[in-house]
Amino acid sequence: MSDPTSGSLVTTSPAEQPGLVADSAPAGIGAPQDKRDKPRGLLGDAWYDLRHKPLFWISAGFIALFVLIAAFPFLFTTGSPTESIGGGLSRSLEGPSGSAWFGTDIQGRDIFARVIYGARASIIVAVSATLGTILLGASVGVLAGFRGGWIDALLSRLADVFFGIPFVLGAIVILFSLNPRGAGSNEWKIMGLVILALVMLTWPVAMRIMRSSVLAAKQADYVVAARALGASNSRIIFKHLIPNCLAPVLVYATILVGAYIGAEATLSFLGVGLQSPVVSWGVMISDSQQYIRVAPYWLLFPSAFLVVAVLSFVMLGEAVREALDPKLR
Amino acid sequence: MGRYVLRRLLQLIPVFFGATLLIYWLVWAVPGDPFAGKCGERACPDSYVQFMTEKYHLDDPWPLQYVYYMGHLLTGDFGQTFGGRDISEIIAQAYPNTLKLALVALIIEAVIGLTAGVLTGLRRNGFLDNLVLVSTLFLLAIPTFVSGFLLQFILGTQLKIINPTVSGDAPFHELIVPGFVLGSISMAYVARLTRTSIAENSRSDYVRTAVAKGLPQRRVVGVHLLRNSLIPVITFLGTDLGSLMGGAIVTEGIFSINGIGREVYRAIVTKESATVVGIVVVLVMVYLLMNLLVDLLYAALDPRIRYE
Repeated sequence: MSDPTSGSLVTTSPAEQPGLVADSAPAGIGAPQDKRDKPRGLLGDAWYDLRHKPLFWISAGFIALFVLIAAFPFLFTTGSPTESIGGGLSRSLEGPSGSAWFGTDIQGRDIFARVIYGARASIIVAVSATLGTILLGASVGVLAGFRGGWIDALLSRLADVFFGIPFVLGAIVILFSLNPRGAGSNEWKIMGLVILALVMLTWPVAMRIMRSSVLAAKQADYVVAARALGASNSRIIFKHLIPNCLAPVLVYATILVGAYIGAEATLSFLGVGLQSPVVSWGVMISDSQQYIRVAPYWLLFPSAFLVVAVLSFVMLGEAVREALDPKLR
Repeated sequence: MGRYVLRRLLQLIPVFFGATLLIYWLVWAVPGDPFAGKCGERACPDSYVQFMTEKYHLDDPWPLQYVYYMGHLLTGDFGQTFGGRDISEIIAQAYPNTLKLALVALIIEAVIGLTAGVLTGLRRNGFLDNLVLVSTLFLLAIPTFVSGFLLQFILGTQLKIINPTVSGDAPFHELIVPGFVLGSISMAYVARLTRTSIAENSRSDYVRTAVAKGLPQRRVVGVHLLRNSLIPVITFLGTDLGSLMGGAIVTEGIFSINGIGREVYRAIVTKESATVVGIVVVLVMVYLLMNLLVDLLYAALDPRIRYE
C-alpha cells in the first residue's frame, strides 16, 4: 500500500466513487436499525458490533503494542539504536545471535534496537499525516458539499489538480524541491516535510468522500426538518451533517494510517523521505539494500515489522468498515 | 452524453494547467543555482549560462517562464536537457517499456484477481474464501519495494530462475515478475471488489429468476451474474491502468527497467528541471484522460447510469 490515494477504492461504494454523478442515491450511511430496546447511535452500534469481532481485537492488540513501542522504546530493548555494539566495527554484519537478536548492521549497530526505535518515526509521521489529511479534506469536503454552487466547483477543481499528480512522483518532486539533498536539516524538519507532502497529495480523496456523503445527507428529511425549525447553518453542519457523514471518512482514516506507514517507508527507501540519523523502518530497508546478499536478515526484520504494522491498520480498517456499513452485514 | 463529455473535457483544462503549474513552480522556483554541478568540476562558462538563461527565460519571473514553456509545449516542443538531448526523444524511448510493464501488470492482476474473486464470491465462507481473504490482506500490507526486493532476491539471486534485472528493451517474459510485483496490491483490490460484487448480485432478483427458469448454472453465472458484477471491476482496472501508465518509479528502479519512472527519478535527482516538467506533463495528461475514459466507460457498460 505505498499509494494512499488508491485506498479509497476499497472503502467507497461505486455510487460514491469520485467522478461519477455526485448527487446519486445516498450510500447507505443512514442509521442502522436496532436489535435491542435501548437505542444506540451509529457509533454505539458499530462499537457493539466491533466488540464481537476477533479481527478487531487482534489488530487493536498489535496497534496497542506498536504505540507502546513507539512511546517507550527503552522498555523493549536496552541496546542503543545509533551506537555500535562494543563501540567499534568489530561486530559489523553479524548474523542473529543471543546478544543481538536480529543481528548487526554494517556499522555494528544492533538491528533489534534499531527496529524498536524505528517504530516511533514511522508512527508519528503516519498518524500526524492522517490527522492532517482528514481535517483538511473533511473540512473542505463539508464546505464544498454544503455550499454548492461556484464554491463547490472551485474547490472540486482544486482537488482535481492535486489528485491529477501521480502520488509517488508528486511526493518525490515536493520533497526534493523543499529539501534538496545535502542540505543539512534536522530530524523534525524532514518529518514535517514528509507529512506535508503526504497531506498535500492525499487530501482530495478525503474531500471527495466527505463531499459525496454531505451531498446525500443534505437532502435527508432530518436536515430539512432542522432547517424548517430555524436551525442555523453551523448547527446543521456540526449537529447533523458531520455526525452522520463521519463513517466513510473514519474508515478511510484507519486504512490511511497503514497506507502512510508504507508510503513513508517507500519515500525513505527512495532517498527523499526520512534520512539518517533518523531511525525508521524505511531508512533501515534503504540502507540494507546494498548488502542483501551478505546480510538478508538486515532487510528481513525491518520489513517484517513494517508489514505487520501496515497489516494491523488495514485489518482494523476492515473491521471498522464492516461494523459501520450496514449493507455488508 | 455529448454535452457531458464536452463539459468534462472543459473541466480537464484548468486541472491540467493547475497540475502542471504546480509542478513547474516546485521544480523551477526553488532557491539555488540551476547551473550548480551542470558542467562537471568547474563553473559553467558564461556563454553557456547566458545561452541557457535566454533559452529558458530564467531572468523572467516564473509565471512568465511557465507561459513561455507551455507555449513551446503546445507546438510539440518539449525542449532539451541541459546536455542538449531532446526531451521528447527520452520520452519516446522510455515510454514503450513503461507501457509494456503496465500491460503485463494489468493482465496479471486481472487474471488472478478475477479468478480468485469469482471463485470466492460464488462459494462464500469456505476454506478457499478465507484463504483468499487472508492473502489479499497480506498483499495489501506489503509495500511494493519490499515485495520487489524479496522476489528479486529469492527468485533472481538465490534460485536463479529469473534475471535479477531486466535487459534494455524489456522483452515480455522478463517483465512477468516485475509486473506481478507492480500489480500485487491492485490484485488484492480486484479480488475483493469482484467477491463483494458477485456476492451482492447473486442475491438479486434476476439471478433468482434465471435459476427458476431452469437455466444451467454455467449460463446463470457466465451470462447473468458475471456481466452485471464486473462493471465496477472493469472501471477499477481502467483507473488502475491510468496510474500504472504514470510510471512505476519503485518497481522500475528495483528491476532496472528503462522506463519513464526511472527516467523521471534520474531527472529529479540530477536536477534536470526541464526533463522533469516535460515528463510530468505527459504523465498528468495520460492520467487525466484515462480517468475521463473510465467515467465514460462506466456509463457505456451500465445503461442504468445516466449523465445529465
